[in-house]
This record gives sequence, C-alpha cells and structure tokens, in this order.
Amino acid sequence: MDISDYTDRFGLLAVGLVAFIAVLLALYGLAELASRRDRSRAVAFVFLAPAVLFLLVGLVYPAVRTIAMSFFNKDGTEFIGFDNYTWAVTDPDALQVLTNTALWIIIVPLLSTMVGLVYAVLIDGRKGERTYKALVFLPMGISFVGASIIWKLIYEYERSGDQIGLLNQMLVWLGAPPVNWLLEDPWNNLLLMVVLVWIEVGFATVVLSAALKGVPIEMIEAARIDGAKPTEIFWHITVPSIRSAILVVGVTVFIATLKLFDIVRAMTGGHHGTDVLAHNMWDQAFRLGNDGRGATMAVLLFALVIPVVIYQVRNMRRQELEAR
Amino acid sequence: MSTDVQKPSRIGETRGQRLRRILSSRVASVAALVIAVLWTIPTAGLFVSSIRPEDDIRDTGWWVFFTDPGSATLETYNFVLYSNTQGGGLIRNLINTVVITIPGVLVPVAFAAMAAYALSWINFRGRNLLYIGIFALQVVPLQMALIPLLSFFSRGLHVGGVTIMPAWELDGVNTIVQVWVAHAIFGLPLAIYLLHNFMRELPGDVMEAARIDGASHSQIFRKVVLPLVTPAIASIAIFQFLWVWNDFLVGRTFGGGEATRPLTAVLGDMAGSWGNNWTRLPAAGFIAIIVPLLVFLLLQRYFVRGLLAGSVKG
Repeated sequence: MDISDYTDRFGLLAVGLVAFIAVLLALYGLAELASRRDRSRAVAFVFLAPAVLFLLVGLVYPAVRTIAMSFFNKDGTEFIGFDNYTWAVTDPDALQVLTNTALWIIIVPLLSTMVGLVYAVLIDGRKGERTYKALVFLPMGISFVGASIIWKLIYEYERSGDQIGLLNQMLVWLGAPPVNWLLEDPWNNLLLMVVLVWIEVGFATVVLSAALKGVPIEMIEAARIDGAKPTEIFWHITVPSIRSAILVVGVTVFIATLKLFDIVRAMTGGHHGTDVLAHNMWDQAFRLGNDGRGATMAVLLFALVIPVVIYQVRNMRRQELEAR
Repeated sequence: MSTDVQKPSRIGETRGQRLRRILSSRVASVAALVIAVLWTIPTAGLFVSSIRPEDDIRDTGWWVFFTDPGSATLETYNFVLYSNTQGGGLIRNLINTVVITIPGVLVPVAFAAMAAYALSWINFRGRNLLYIGIFALQVVPLQMALIPLLSFFSRGLHVGGVTIMPAWELDGVNTIVQVWVAHAIFGLPLAIYLLHNFMRELPGDVMEAARIDGASHSQIFRKVVLPLVTPAIASIAIFQFLWVWNDFLVGRTFGGGEATRPLTAVLGDMAGSWGNNWTRLPAAGFIAIIVPLLVFLLLQRYFVRGLLAGSVKG
C-alpha cells in the first residue's frame, strides 16, 4: 500500500467533485438566464437535460441495442435471427436457468410476503415493537454479498470432524450425517432463496406493519367480542384491509428477485444447477464472451417485467385521475 | 386470553395496549421471539467468527468461541486491511468504495431533484408522457444496459462511421469514473419518481405566491422547494447510499481491474471461489457490512419514510 494509492483515489474524487459542482453552477446560470426571459420551456429543458441525457444514453439506447444484439451471434458480427432464443428454450442448461428463475420468482415473493405479514401482525402493538422490527429489518442494510458470506458460513460442510456450519452442526447434534448443502441439486436452490427471503422479510414487515396501523381496531374488537378466533380475524379482517399493501410488497420483491445476481454469483457461481436469468446473462456476456446469448437472457428478463410496468403505469394513471 | 375480551375499553389506552388486551397470546409472543432470534443469529455468527483466530475459524464452529472468549483478536482485520500478500490490502478497495459512493450518491440525487422539480412544477408540453416514461424505466432491469454501456465506455459511440462520442480510454484508478456514471444513470429513475411524489404534494399556493413576488423557477427551486423537501432528499440519499455501497454488479462490471474495484465486488469474487483464504472472509465481510449497517440503524426513520412513499403509494 503506497501513499500514491491514497492520493490517486482521493485526487480523482476531488477532481470529480469540482467538475460536478462546475456543471451544477453552469446549469443554474443557464436556468436563471432562461427564467429572466420567462421561457418556461427553456427552463424545463435546463432542469431536465442532465437526467434525460443520462437516461437516454445509459438506459434507453442500451436497452434498444441489447434487443438488437440478441439477434446476433456472440461477437455481434453475424445476424442469426431467433437462434439465440431457440437456444434459450431448448438447451438443457438454459432451460435449467429458466426453470430456476421461475421457482425463484414464485417462491421468494410468496415466502417473504407471508413471513413478513405474519411477523408484522405478531409484533403489532407489542411492547418493544420497534426493537422487534429493527432486528428483522437489519438485513436490509446488508449487501447481498455480505449476506452470502454470512449464509455460506451457515451452510459450510466438513467431511469429518467438527462442523463449522451451524446447519450441519445441528444435524450432527440430532445424530444425522452432515450434508454438503450447496452441491445438493435441487435443494441448493432453495437454500439460496432463503438468503434473499432473509433480506426481504424485513422490507415486507416494515411496509405491512405501517399498513396495519390503518386497520380500524374497533372492527377487531367487535369481531373478538363476537367470538372470532385470532386466525379468523387475520383472514377476514386484517388481510382484506391491507390487500393493496400486500400486493405492493409482493410486486417489489418479485422485481428484486428477478434481477437477483449477487447471491448466486457469490454462493455457487451458478454451478451445481443453481443458475438464474440475471446471473446467466452476466456469465454469458462477461465470462463466456457471448454477447448475443447474454443479450437474449437480458431481453427475457425484461419480458418478465413488462406486465409489472403496464400494471404500474395503469395504476398511476388511475390514481392521477382520482386526484383530479 | 378469553377473559380479557370481556373487559371494557379503558380511557387513555394506546392502540398497542388495546390490541394487546384483545389479541395477546403466549403462542404469538413465542413465535415473534423465535423469528427475531432466527433473523439475528446469522449476522451474530459472522461477527463472532470475525474476531476469532484464523486457526480456530478453520477448526470449529463460531459457537465454540464462547467456551474461550479470551481468544478474541483483531488479527484478521489487520491482515485483510493492510497485508501486502494475497487476500489482504482491502483498505485500497475500501477507499475505492468511499470514492465511488460519494459522487455515486450526490450526482443522481442532484440531477433527480432538478428533473423532479421540472416534472412537478414547470408547465410544458409532453410533461406527463416524459414522466410516465421515466416512471416505467424504474422497472427496466439494469442488465438490459450492461453490455452496450460497457462498449460505449470502451469503444465510444459511432453511427454509420461517424464518431458521436470517442472511446473514453480510461485505465487504472480512472475507471472509477465509469462506475460513477453508471451509478448515476441507474439511480435516477427511482430518485426522480420518489422526489416527484414528494414535490407534487407541496402546497401550490406557496409556489404561486413566490411567482407573483417575481421569483424565477431557479429561485423557487433553490429557496422554496429544496428546503421543504430536505427530509425527502435525505431518505433518497440514504437509499442510494445503501445501493451504491452494497452494489456488486455495477462495480464488478465497470470497475476495471481488481485494484480499482469497490470492496463488495472483490468480496463477491472471494466468496464465490471460497478458496484457502475463506477464513478471512468473516472479517472482510464485516468491514463491508458495518458502515451501511450503522447508517441504516441511525437513519432508519428517514429510510422507512422513503420506503413507504415509494412503495405504498406506487
């Protein structure tokens, strides 16, 4: 570690920040100039220009390029029509990726929302509710990579002698032989999902717990006096009252699951039958050097979120109409 | 628990007290406690492992540490941060993370605030369409952009033989600039959406009064809107901070060589191979985790506010 390692990096940071401030000042000056002449279109242009430019160059144009690239071969030199897509739905490895992804996007949102909901109901109004919430919410602040390290330690396997992983140690305490969890297809998929559920339950709990505060307590009290059991109250009063929040949580976790890359990369590298779309996309493009297949995987990923986009946009327009 | 039901409501009871009186049960208490403990053990295990001597980590589980708490050591931390041998020297990557994170938060938040103001308070044609477009971009997976964006940085942009943008030709530490730009791009849609939500709810007559007093848009933005949405900006900045600091994919793809990648990107690869050095991963992992965790705990209120604004409304 040389001193130049520090100066290089912080020097870059200083230059970057100064340049950024200069850009902001220039934009501000331009906006001021346009404002004085009372041209709101010009002012709007100045305010929007940086964001729109970034999004066009960094998201819109690349997305279009990616769609085009999915019809080309691995280095983009030859047009091959739908060959990449045929590969994606016929090749056994690619099919495994699609099957795994399907499992992920069904199991993780369901499990996270369910556990989050049950926990939110259990701790609602309890003494120390904030502490309970914070403990489960904490993993939200941990990176997927950090979480992967944490859980790899739990799944760790030793052929003989003392176990290091907590899960195998518990098996040993119960008298069972230890298992090399991450190699056990298809169970390893489930164990990877556990990591994401561990993170997302906190999100579900916080959002649903806030929604629960809006459930009228008189209703619960009345149902209780009429002799309803807590489980009946849960299904007939609590769940219907916060249905829209549950849906929002489910959709948000769904998108996060679909884009999941880190956990698979850091825990199995996609080996032993655990690959998913977002990781395979990266693997194809940046490790195996096949841009066409990588792009195809990205497009499939995109296709899966299109229903969500349509749903969200319609939802928003409806809300706007109601607000008017 | 059924005897509680008969009691009439009491005056001055809080919602929680009332709920407890109606619904409390032993089973629920135990279940809540079990979940809370289950969710905490994994992180606790990592921390305990990180302060054990390396030989102990290799030989026994972290729970054995409690039979000999005197063995606690910071040796592994020292090694992973400062050692010049393989698997050490992560201080460099930690600095990379800091250098990446500061502009990676400031740039998108500043640009998003400007865009959100224009989208909520300046009248121009096509405003709604533009907003819906940005709103939809939020959901587009960033995987859609990775390959072309990387080639944009390394080869520039050419249309039909005409060079629109030359290659950036960054190397060494300077590749961090690519990571800044990538984070700014990917952070914008959500930041614009959230800030737009907050700004639109500002009272219109305040803006109107400022306009009548002769204030320009840029003055209103700076003197009226920004102070009013400071809490919102704080929550979005925390979001973006956590996202950038914890990011693996963007840093790994755009971060150049190993020496210029952020900490999380290097750790992700180390965890992936889980080689002989794996005993150093708990300490290295904890270094990466502790900063966002502290920020998260201290500023949780702001984070939750942003979360609720973004998800419950949308």
